[in-house]
Amino acid sequence: MEPADELPNDEASLEISADPMRLNMGPSHPAMHGTVRMVIDLDGENLINLDVQPGYLHRGFEKSCERGTWAQVFPYADRLNYVSPMLNNVGWSLTVEKLLGIEVPERCQYYRVILGELARVSDHFTSNGASAMELGAFTPFLWLLKVRDWVWDILERETGARMTHSFGRIGGMAAPPTETFKDDVLRLIPEVHKVVKETEIMLVRNRIFLDRMQGVGVLTKEQALSYGVTGPMARSTGLPYDVRKDHPYLVYDRFDFDVPVGEDGDNWDRFMVRLEEIRQSVRIIEQAIEQMPDDGPINVDDPRIMLPEKDDVYTTIEATIAHFKLVMEGLRTPKGEVYSFTEGANGELGFHIVSDGSGTPYRVRVRPPCWYNLAASREMLLGGMIADIIPTFGSVNMIGGECDR
Amino acid sequence: MTQAVVDRLKAQFEERVRETSDAFGDHELVVAVKDWVEVAQFMKDDGDLQMDHFIDLTAIDYPERESARFDVVLMLRSSVTGARIRMRTYVQDGEEPGTLSEIWSGANWAEREIWDMFGIKFDGHPDMRRILLYEEFVGHPLRKDYPIDKAQPLVPYREVDDTQKLPPFGIEEGQPFARIDWESRLAGGDNQVSPAIGVQQGQRRALSDSEAAQQIQARIAERMAKDE
Repeated sequence: MEPADELPNDEASLEISADPMRLNMGPSHPAMHGTVRMVIDLDGENLINLDVQPGYLHRGFEKSCERGTWAQVFPYADRLNYVSPMLNNVGWSLTVEKLLGIEVPERCQYYRVILGELARVSDHFTSNGASAMELGAFTPFLWLLKVRDWVWDILERETGARMTHSFGRIGGMAAPPTETFKDDVLRLIPEVHKVVKETEIMLVRNRIFLDRMQGVGVLTKEQALSYGVTGPMARSTGLPYDVRKDHPYLVYDRFDFDVPVGEDGDNWDRFMVRLEEIRQSVRIIEQAIEQMPDDGPINVDDPRIMLPEKDDVYTTIEATIAHFKLVMEGLRTPKGEVYSFTEGANGELGFHIVSDGSGTPYRVRVRPPCWYNLAASREMLLGGMIADIIPTFGSVNMIGGECDR
Repeated sequence: MTQAVVDRLKAQFEERVRETSDAFGDHELVVAVKDWVEVAQFMKDDGDLQMDHFIDLTAIDYPERESARFDVVLMLRSSVTGARIRMRTYVQDGEEPGTLSEIWSGANWAEREIWDMFGIKFDGHPDMRRILLYEEFVGHPLRKDYPIDKAQPLVPYREVDDTQKLPPFGIEEGQPFARIDWESRLAGGDNQVSPAIGVQQGQRRALSDSEAAQQIQARIAERMAKDE
C-alpha cells in the first residue's frame, strides 16, 4: 500500500477505472463443489465473459480402467459420482452384462432398483441442501442432510460401507439383502416424506430464497438439447427425458411413477424437479419392496462369471483354479463394442466399452452427465450478475469426480 | 425405430454410408471423414430423423491398425422419436475431421477433450485448447503408446535422501502397473506384463482363434519332428 501522505486528499479527483475486471473464481472456492475454476470478466457486477475450466480433479479414470480386469473397475466407478456411488455401480454392472449377454435374476434386479433409488434420494437431498446452504440457509442444509445419513445407515448395513460401497458385481451383487432390509427401508419412507414437507415449509415460501432462485440461470429447451444436457437439469427446461421411462432397464417398466418437468429452466425449477423426484423415487421404492421376492438367487449361476463360494475355494481344486483365473486374468468377454446407459442422479450416465476378447477392457469411456451439464452453465451464467453464479452453479450440481474423471 | 434412421440415411447417402451394424442392439453406421459433418448436419435437420439431442462424442485408439489409427464415435438421440444412433468415422493420425460444434454446442467440450486425450484436432473448432489437462502437458494420455505410469508433475518431486521407506511408497512402485506393455507390443515384441510376476514373454497375448490354431499346429509339428 502507498503511504498515507501520498494519497490524494480530494476523493473527487480519484479516477475509477471503467475497464472490465478479470476475476478468478476457484479452483478452491467454497461454492465451487469440488474444484472448478471460472475466469470471469466483470463490468461492475455484471458478467460479460466467462470461461469455465474443469480438470482439477482429473485422475485418469478411463486410462486406469485399461490396466485391470472388468471387475476392478467397480472401485473406480464408485469414485465418479461419490454422492450416489450405488447408481454408478449398477450402471457399470449393466454395461458388462450387456456385453456378456446375461441378465441377473429378478430378485437382484429389484435389489438394484431399491438401492439405486435410495442413492438417488440421498443425492437429491444433498444437492438441494447444498443449494440452500450456499444462499446462507444453513439450517435446511443440516435438516436435509440428516436424511442422507439415514439412507447411508441402510446402505452401510447392506454393503458394509457408507460411501464408496464397491457393492456391484458383474452378474449380481456382492451379497444378498439382509433380513431386515425391507423393514429398514419401509421405516425410512415416512421420514423422507416428512422431511420433504419440512423442506417445502422452510424454503418454498421464503422470499429471499425465491428471489435468488426464480428467473436466475435460465436454460432453454433448445440449449439443453444442443448441449447434451440430461437429467433433472434437462427436465427443468420442459424436456421430459428420463432413461427410466424412455429406455427402461432393470424392472423400471413395472413401476408406476411420474417424470416431473419444469417450465422455465431456472434454478427454481431445478430445485423443485429434484424435490419432486425424491417423492417419485420413494414411490418406486414402495412398489419395488412390495414386488421383490423374499428368496431366490441374487447372482447368475455361471462359474465363468461369478467367483466360487469361499468354502469351496479352500477345499476343492476346481474352485481354487476358477477363483485364481477370475482374479488374475479376469472374466473373458466377447469381442465387441457396447454402449449402455442408465439414469444417474444427474442425468444419463453412459458407459461405452470396447473389448478385444481378453480379460482387460480395451477402452472404457464414461459419458458423465455433469460434463455436458457444466458445459451448458456458461450459457446460463452469461449476462447475469456475479452473485448469481452461486445458486446457478449449486443447482447444476456438478460433481468433480464425475466431471473430470 | 432406430433401424429406420439407418435405412433413411442409407437411402439418402447410398454408398457413402460405408458400413452399418446392429451388434449388441446398438445401431451404428460408418462414414468417411469427408462426409462426417454433412451426414451429421443432415441427421439434425431432416424432418423424419430430427436427431437433435447430442449425447456423446469420443474416440478410440487402435495403434496396430494400418489404415487409420483412430475411431471417432458420435452418439445422438432424437427428442421427437426417441431413436438413438451411433456414427463412426476412421481418422488417421494428423487428419482433422470437421467440427460439429456449430451443429451441437455440446460437441465443443467433447472435441476439446478428444484433442486433449488423443491428439485429434477438429477443423474449424473455435477454441482448440486442452480442457482436462494443463497446457504444459506433453503428449496425449489416452493413446495406447502413452505409458500409464508416466508422471509429468508441474512442480518437481521433492528429493529426500534415505527416507527409510520401502516401495510402494516411493515414486518407483516396485511392480508393473499396466497389464499390457504397449511400447514393446508396438515395437513387434509380445511382452506382456503380469501383475503378479512382472514382464515376461508371451503372457496373455490376445490371439485370434486362427492365430491360436496356427500356433498349436506349429507346436505339434515341432514336437513330432523332435520325436522322429
